[in-house]
Amino acid sequence: CPENEMIRVIRSARTQGEERGVIQRECAAIRAQFRQADSGGRSHNLAKLLYVHMLGYPAHFGQMECVRMIASPRYSEKRIGYLGAMMLLDEKQDASLLITNSIKNDLSHSSQYIQSLALCTLACMGSAEMCRDLAPEIERLLKASNSYIKKKAALCAVHIVRKIPELGELFTPSAHSLLSDKNHGVLHGAVVLITELCERNPGNLDEFRKAVPELVQIMKGLVTSGYSPEHNVAGISDPFLQVRVLRLLRILGRNNDEASDAMNDLLAQVATNTDSSKTAGSAVLYETVLTIMDIKSESGLRVLAVNILGRFLLNNDRNIRYISMTSLQKIVQTDHTAVQRHRGTIVDCLKDQDASVKRRALELSLALVSAANIRSMMKELLRFLSTCPPELRSHATSGIFNAAERYAPSQRWHIDTILHVLITAGGDVRDETVPNLIQLISVASELHCYTVHKLYRALISDISQQSLVQVACWCIGEYGDLLLKGDCDEIEPMQVTEDDVLDVLETILQSHMSSPTSRGFALTAIMKLSTRITNNIDRIRSVVSIYGSCIDVELQQRAVEYNALFKKYDHMRYLIIFDEDSDIHQSGICSLARTESTHAQEHTTFLRFKNTS
Amino acid sequence: MIKAILIFNNHGKPRLIRFYQYFAEDMQQQIIRETFHLVSKRDDNVCNFLEGGSLIGGSDYKLIYRHYATLYFVFCVDSSESELGILDLIQVSVIIVNVCFHVQVFVETLDKCFENVCELDLIFHMDKVHYILQEVVMGGMVLETNMNEIVAQVELQNRMEKSEGGLSAAPARAVSAVKNMNLPEIPRNINIGDINIKVPSLSPF
Repeated sequence: CPENEMIRVIRSARTQGEERGVIQRECAAIRAQFRQADSGGRSHNLAKLLYVHMLGYPAHFGQMECVRMIASPRYSEKRIGYLGAMMLLDEKQDASLLITNSIKNDLSHSSQYIQSLALCTLACMGSAEMCRDLAPEIERLLKASNSYIKKKAALCAVHIVRKIPELGELFTPSAHSLLSDKNHGVLHGAVVLITELCERNPGNLDEFRKAVPELVQIMKGLVTSGYSPEHNVAGISDPFLQVRVLRLLRILGRNNDEASDAMNDLLAQVATNTDSSKTAGSAVLYETVLTIMDIKSESGLRVLAVNILGRFLLNNDRNIRYISMTSLQKIVQTDHTAVQRHRGTIVDCLKDQDASVKRRALELSLALVSAANIRSMMKELLRFLSTCPPELRSHATSGIFNAAERYAPSQRWHIDTILHVLITAGGDVRDETVPNLIQLISVASELHCYTVHKLYRALISDISQQSLVQVACWCIGEYGDLLLKGDCDEIEPMQVTEDDVLDVLETILQSHMSSPTSRGFALTAIMKLSTRITNNIDRIRSVVSIYGSCIDVELQQRAVEYNALFKKYDHMRYLIIFDEDSDIHQSGICSLARTESTHAQEHTTFLRFKNTS
Repeated sequence: MIKAILIFNNHGKPRLIRFYQYFAEDMQQQIIRETFHLVSKRDDNVCNFLEGGSLIGGSDYKLIYRHYATLYFVFCVDSSESELGILDLIQVSVIIVNVCFHVQVFVETLDKCFENVCELDLIFHMDKVHYILQEVVMGGMVLETNMNEIVAQVELQNRMEKSEGGLSAAPARAVSAVKNMNLPEIPRNINIGDINIKVPSLSPF
């Protein structure tokens, strides 16, 4: 058939350019065909266009053809027309309004297959107006005798409720009565619809709680029925329906004793009897566990549920391990102690080679950190950081900082942790955390000497990690005198001269690896050192004056202000108080205060004159 | 909700794309590229779930995928879907597509492995695969999972299409030729991985 020919030609193109050429020609031919009033091969043309569209080429010129095809009396043309509409149109386009009438007519067509096309399209792309217009028709179809149509109408109703929540009222009675249908497709649709109605409008919960006994019966039927080949997946009878019903039971049982009671036995039965050796059974078991944890269930049942999750954590199948961690994440806040029991296994999963499993393990591990386990957990987390996949690193560093701040057993431990992260993963530390880190360091006054020494030594071997650079520069500026003294209690002594320090700061200023924020930090540090050193004031002065004509406006402004300090207010320079927290402040003879730089969100230092009078 | 179903080959070439949420065309292609990039990095023995794509739904969305020979089947879902359920659904859908094709397309070697949908089938019958999938997923929601039901409905719809407007001579000849062929028997039961299916007995063509 014609589209196969076109597809062959496209596939034989050897380069992207050749393919583009072929497609341009084909599209021109298709366009020409569309313009002709009649055409035997109309559906073939549209099919060609949809193929081209999938490859990523523009196809909007086909929108009107879809509209025309949908209006055709031929099933083959309607079919591809509706498909085209779903691919090429969305409710924002004018052309989509034109199909409303066709949909309306087709919804009451004598052929269920044509009705089905209309239902499918409405559920995919029905606009609010279309939904409002056609809702009564959908409601009528929910009561139609044909299960094929009923199940589609149910999902259509879900779409309508999402678009216009108030219309939920219209579907509530029919939704409830659909639960007595025997057809699984219809039941499935009904459960999805009721779920949507309850989630959209909590007012519906009371009404649908009355359906709990029916839902329990449905589940019992599925769980205890003999082998039913129709719906069987790996020995489980219609696991998809079971999962849906369990979810609905969760919503209905939440915060409601009576409903929870009514489903307790069933949940216990499913939890103990489901064979979870295959995926289908595991899917059902997990929903059961989550439902048990979310409703007001007996404590014995809760313990059973958490243990099931714990068992799955040890499963060989990675999918199962992944899912069990996802489930544990959902209950870690409410059932913290229970999940803590599995901390060892979870921490082990940090070493799994699967990045998805690692991600889940990281989330859970961070959630399980507490005052009692902070030291051992941090060891594991820091170890993880060194083998952490790149996409998780910045999240890991933020999580580590948060945990450290909440549970640090001592200031020294806290500073060590911060330093470790900055030194080993400074490149992944988020910019926004830098001001906080500086704050924490400044508060730990007995450790200033230790901190500045450690940071300086890290800096001289690597200036590429921006967060490390920024924190280190700030510390050198503030505590440069401690650095130059050379000795420090807890580190081997190292001789650091003023030139050494200025060398590294100037290198940062000049390096192409340094971000504008980092260069700002370096310049300010250099300036601050002018009050802490004795021999190299001229060197500092010359650096500052060079940057007075720097192309970076922020840096330039800073340098100009610092220059002014040297030139006009040299005698005041020692009185300058460097205060990171204050706002713009104008006082005294000159204002050198600056706001936070907008593009770098850096926590700049502010200069404020002490009032001399 | 299922936000998208993406089928592409080992080189990232799209074979079937269905979005259930509106995205502009260039965004769609970007999503395809990003998804391929994420999925193709995965080893064969890791789990079938992926997070970390940013384009479709922010943090509340996952990629659930299966890799069959030259094709990736990827369902992009939000947290309202059961991950294991969708994993099974992918497998079920693949089998359904296979069965539907092997009824329609008269292939001599029906002992082809049912696990592998032939990529060429997808390429040359993309619209038909859409129609099949439409019986499984509608509006981003799971519609039907009973394989017998789905395969039967697909066949009836295809017949309706063929019977319309009169067949030209060639297909009619093909039809009678097929009736006279000794078609090898379609297996009655298919066992793949976790799933056992009883193949529906379809009326002779």
